[in-house]
Amino acid sequence: MGKIVVDVMLKPEILDPQGKAVAAALPRLGFSFATDVRQGKRFEITVDGDVTAAQIAEVEKAAEVLLANPVIETFTVRAE
Amino acid sequence: MRIGVVTFPGTLDDRDAARAVKYAGAEAISLWHGDADLKGVDAVILPGGFSYGDYLRCGAISRFAPVMTEIIAQANKGMPLLGICNGFQVLCEAHLLPGALTRNHELHFLCRDQTLKIENTTSAWTSNFKMAQEIVIPLKNGEGSFQCDDETLKSLEGNNQIIARYVGENPNGSRNLIAGITNEHGNVVGLMPHPEHAIDSLTGPSTDGLPFFTSVLAALVGK
Repeated sequence: MGKIVVDVMLKPEILDPQGKAVAAALPRLGFSFATDVRQGKRFEITVDGDVTAAQIAEVEKAAEVLLANPVIETFTVRAE
Repeated sequence: MRIGVVTFPGTLDDRDAARAVKYAGAEAISLWHGDADLKGVDAVILPGGFSYGDYLRCGAISRFAPVMTEIIAQANKGMPLLGICNGFQVLCEAHLLPGALTRNHELHFLCRDQTLKIENTTSAWTSNFKMAQEIVIPLKNGEGSFQCDDETLKSLEGNNQIIARYVGENPNGSRNLIAGITNEHGNVVGLMPHPEHAIDSLTGPSTDGLPFFTSVLAALVGK
C-alpha cells in the first residue's frame, strides 16, 4: 500500500488565529523557542500498490478543487 | 413569487429563512441538497447552520451537493441568490463570490445583536434599504472573518460590491469590517449576520432584516 500526503497551509498573508493562539500558549508552558506558529492540515491518502505519478497528478487535482481552498490556502502533494 | 430555501444535512436556519420569505409576501419552497431540481423557483436562499458538520472547511463539501450544480448555473444566468452565514461560506467555496470566511480572530463563537451599515442599495437583496442605513440583526458564527487578497479587496471597494459593514469594533477580524458582499451583477449576495432572525419584534431584536426579503421581490417584479 502506498501513501500520498497532502499538506495544506494558509497563505502567509491570511490571518491564522489558531496559530497565534498556539504561539501564545507555548511560552506559558515554558517553551520559549517560537517567534511564530502557523497551523495547517495534513491528509494521508492510502492507495493500492506503489504510488504512481498519475496518482500524484490526480491528487493534485483533488487538492485544487476540494482538499484546499486556493483563495486562502496553498498545498503540497508527495508520496511517502 | 417562489423562493427556494435549501436544506443541507446540518442546516439550522432553513425554517426561519422560509418564515422570513412568507413574512415578505412570497411562497417559500423547500429544496433538498440531494435533489438537483430547483422546482421552478425565482430565487434561492442558502441558510445558516453547519452543513456537513463544517468538515474540511465551512461550505467546502456542501458546495458539491447535487442542488448546487443547478443553483450555480442559474445564478450565473442572473437568478437572485442569497447566502446567509454558512450560506455565505458556501457561496465563497463555490466561487460565486470572491474571498473566503475564516476563523474569528479571537477564536470565539459569537452570538450577539450586531449593528450594520448598509452600503449598497442596488443589489437584488438590498434595494429596499436606504443608503448608509444602520440596522441591528443577530450575528452568530465561529468562522465569519472575511478574508481576501489586496487586489480583490480593492475591486470589491471600487465596484461598490460591499453591501454591509460592521459598525463599531470589528467582531471577527473581517477585512475592512465587511459583513456582506455582492457579485458584480448584484444578484448574488453573501451576508454573515442573520436577517431571517430579525423580521418580527416578538422573536428578534428588530424587524431590520425584513427588507432583504422584500427587496428580492421588488427585483423579481421589476424584471
